[in-house]
Order: sequence, then structure tokens, then C-alpha cells
Amino acid sequence: MKFSSQTKQKIAFMLLGIASTIVIVPVIVIFTILIQKGLPAINWQFLTAMPRMGMRAGGIFPAIMGTLYLVSGTIVVALPLGVLAAIYLVEYARRNFLTRMIEVAIVNLAGVPSVVYGLFGMGLFVIYLKMGVSIVAGALTLAIMILPVIITSAKEALQSVPRSFREASLALGVSKWQTIRYVVLPNALPGILTGTILGISRAAGETAPILFTVAAFYLPRLPKSIFDQCMALPYHLYVLSTQVPNVSPKIQYGTALVLVGMVFLLNLVAVIVRSHIRSRKQW
Amino acid sequence: MSKIDIQNLDLFYGPFQALINVNLAIEEKMITALIGPSGCGKSTLLRCLNRMNDLIDGVKITGKVLIDGENIYENGTDLVMLRKKVGMVFQRPNPFPLSIFDNIAYGPRTHGNMNQAELEDIVEKSLRHVELWDILKDKLDYSALNLSLEQQQRLCIARLVAVTPDVMLMDEPCSALDPVATSKIEELMAELKKHYTILIVTHNMQQAARVSDRTGFMLLGKLMEYGETRQVFTTPKEIKTEEYITGRYG
Repeated sequence: MKFSSQTKQKIAFMLLGIASTIVIVPVIVIFTILIQKGLPAINWQFLTAMPRMGMRAGGIFPAIMGTLYLVSGTIVVALPLGVLAAIYLVEYARRNFLTRMIEVAIVNLAGVPSVVYGLFGMGLFVIYLKMGVSIVAGALTLAIMILPVIITSAKEALQSVPRSFREASLALGVSKWQTIRYVVLPNALPGILTGTILGISRAAGETAPILFTVAAFYLPRLPKSIFDQCMALPYHLYVLSTQVPNVSPKIQYGTALVLVGMVFLLNLVAVIVRSHIRSRKQW
Repeated sequence: MSKIDIQNLDLFYGPFQALINVNLAIEEKMITALIGPSGCGKSTLLRCLNRMNDLIDGVKITGKVLIDGENIYENGTDLVMLRKKVGMVFQRPNPFPLSIFDNIAYGPRTHGNMNQAELEDIVEKSLRHVELWDILKDKLDYSALNLSLEQQQRLCIARLVAVTPDVMLMDEPCSALDPVATSKIEELMAELKKHYTILIVTHNMQQAARVSDRTGFMLLGKLMEYGETRQVFTTPKEIKTEEYITGRYG
């Protein structure tokens, strides 16, 4: 069968259009279902109260707070480590075997399944370093998981700072470190922030890495210290949907909606920061 | 004694030799121009004088560059001190994406603890030096990137003036500018000559003839001829120089 080039073009465009539309379908479906079934559950009490009756009633406050603690801990560890590593790789390291190995390691780290991070975290932090099942252990595990994201985005952000800025600064007799500190970093900051927020939103949503390192099955109180266990939204959701019988779907969907909402909010912040900076950028 | 004395300088980019046994003495408070076809090594030579070539991987340099009698390729040379003394103006104006004030204050701020009044003083002096003060004194908070290219280049010179160098290296400072702006920068250079030793790389021969006291002609990594500008342009000793300045190649 032969088509004219006109028809071929129409068919091709149609296929391309369908392919890209399919991408948005799951997003819409997920959000519609979550909002439809979860929104009725959400009220002030649901967000701020402790769970009761074996999680079948009450709120999800400790899980929300637990996730916030974990996310903060993750940033505190991963952001400085990732940014410093990126600065070293971009600004100082010479192109040699070692730097290539580091770069390969980063790419591979990004490809490791999250459950492996969970087991690694349990082995290293919980058992070997005797931190126990705790917020520190969980945050460290999550931090290692998102390090590749942060390093990669920070590297790209640093590399996108024009060479002419560095030369201008160095030629004024400003030392290399001062040049990085006062010229390169400020101009790379938006890119670094975006990458960080994306990394964090991934950390907030993962279940496997916290499964063996921090997450408590049922702990209707807030953690007392960073060496305490805590509840966390993703794991709480998993528990509600598979481990506890007779939980009303309203609570399940409400929890899912809160989790997705938090991740969505973080991503939104990243998008806003990025577009705001892009509009200000003049080179 | 010459301000800058370059002795037996060789430079390699990996296996490629970009500068071949260059010997050159540059006099204080004069404008010395380096001319030659693209790729002849004139910018490379310029960047040897504040060791900007150190930033490029795989560069190897032998020979000596004496500035005020001190070899800057000696081990233990303080690059920060060297570059404060030997400043550079680039081909494209490269102000930082900061305000006009912050651009000029950048050098003094990073070099020492200055209070606001001292900084304001330096900014004013530096801008007066490049004849921008009257135009910009009420716009010091504006982004430097909104200035015209000529003003940006002047600002870059003012930024340099603010760290009080001895020597100014100018790497084709007018190649991004139109003829009117170019002649204004040239006037400025004649003014700056009173205070600084200036080295300019240019592929614009008229510019070299107009602004410089001494001219060096380079070809394929070698310094072919060097002398008084008038002599180089009217009675060149080398046939290659004559062919280049009469436009036989370039």
C-alpha cells in the first residue's frame, strides 16, 4: 500500500501526538483518583493528630513530621557533600584515571535500586556503626541515595558558569578559591538548588531505603532524638494499604494524597526557582 | 632596565610548539603592540605574562619572564600578587553579572578589608580614570550587563584600575566594538599610558600604528621583528613583516 508524502506526514504527526498525550494520562488519572477519594479525609485533625485504634482512625501527624525530619537530615548531609564533591570535580580535579572512576561511580550509584540502598544502610549504619534503627541512619541512607542527583546537577550548574567570569576574576589577582566562592558559586546556585530539591523530593517519596533503617510500623508519638525511630509517609502508606486490615480507604487515599502533595510541592518550588532565575539571567 | 624582559621563552600545547624562543624587552609606561596573523601566538605570549596559560591543561613553558627583574616562572611565585600587578583586559568585555559598583569593588573587596567609604572612593576614582564617572555616577546600582559594549569594556578597565596594577595586558580589547567605540578606547589607552605599561594584542594593524610606541610582529610562534612602531611600519627589516603590513597575507 502506498501513501502520498502528505498522508505519511499526517500519520507521523498523529503518532507523535498520541505518544506525547499518553504521557499525561497517568498523571491525570492518578491525581483525579487521589483527589476524589483522598480529599474528603483531609482536615486539620487528620494532618495534626496522632493515629489511633491501630492506625484505623486519627491523623497522620507523626508520619508527616517523620518525613520532614528525614528530608531535613538528608539535606544537611547530602547538600554540602554533593556540592563540595562537584566543586572538586569541576574546578580542581585533573582529567585522569581517578576522576573518570569517580564519574563512573556516580553514574552507577544513580542506577542502584533503592532497596539495595536500604539494605546497605542497614548493614553499614544500623548494624556496623551501631546507630540502630534511627533517624540518623535513615537520613544518611537517603543522603547517599540522592548524592548522584545532587552531584550531577551541581556539576552541570558549575560548568554552565561562563569561563570568562572565572578568567576575569583570576586576572584581577583573586585566588582560585575566592573566585569559586564569590563568582562561580553564586552564579551556579540556582542550578544547584533545583537539583537539590529534585533529589529531596525523591528522598521524601522512597520507601525501600527507610524500610530497614528508620521507619517505625506504628509509633503514635514524635521521636525524642535523632537516634529514635520515626514514622514516615511512604512507609506508613505501605503499612496502611497492605499490613493493617480494615483501614478505611478514605484514610489510605488521604495519606497518599498528602505524600504526593508534598512531593509535588517540592517539585513546584524547584520549577519556580528555576524559571525565576532564568528570567533574571542575562548572559 | 626594561619593565618586562622575556628571555628564550618556549611554550608547548602538548606536542605543538606555540612559542619558539621568544626574546622581547618591554619598556615602562609605553604601549607595546603585538601584531601578526591569527594563530601566530600573540595572545599566547600575552597570557604568559600573567600566567593565565597555567589554567590550560597540558601547557609546558620554558625560559624566563622577568618583571621588574623577577622571574615570574620561578617556583614559589605568588600568582595572586603577580596578577594584581599584571592585569588583563579581554577580547569580549566580561563584566560580572553584578551592579556597576560591585563590579569595580570586587577586586578591592576580595583583596582586603575595606570599609564602605574607602570602596566608594575607589569606585569613583576608577570610573573617573576611564571617563565613565559623569555618565554613571547615578546608576551605580544598575546591572553592568545593561551597559553598551564600549562602556562594558571601559568598566572592565576600571575594574582593573581598582586593583592598582603596574602592567595592563589587552587582548584585542576592541575586536567586539564598532569603529567609534574603538577610537574612544584608543584615546583612553593613550591616557592610561601615563600610569601603566600597556601591552596590546591586535590584528588591526592601523590600531597598532595609531596607538603604540613599539610594535612586535609575530609569525608562527616566532617574534620576527620588534622595534619602534614608526620604523616597523615604514621601514621593516624583515620581508615577512613588510608583506604582512602591506596586506600580502594575514
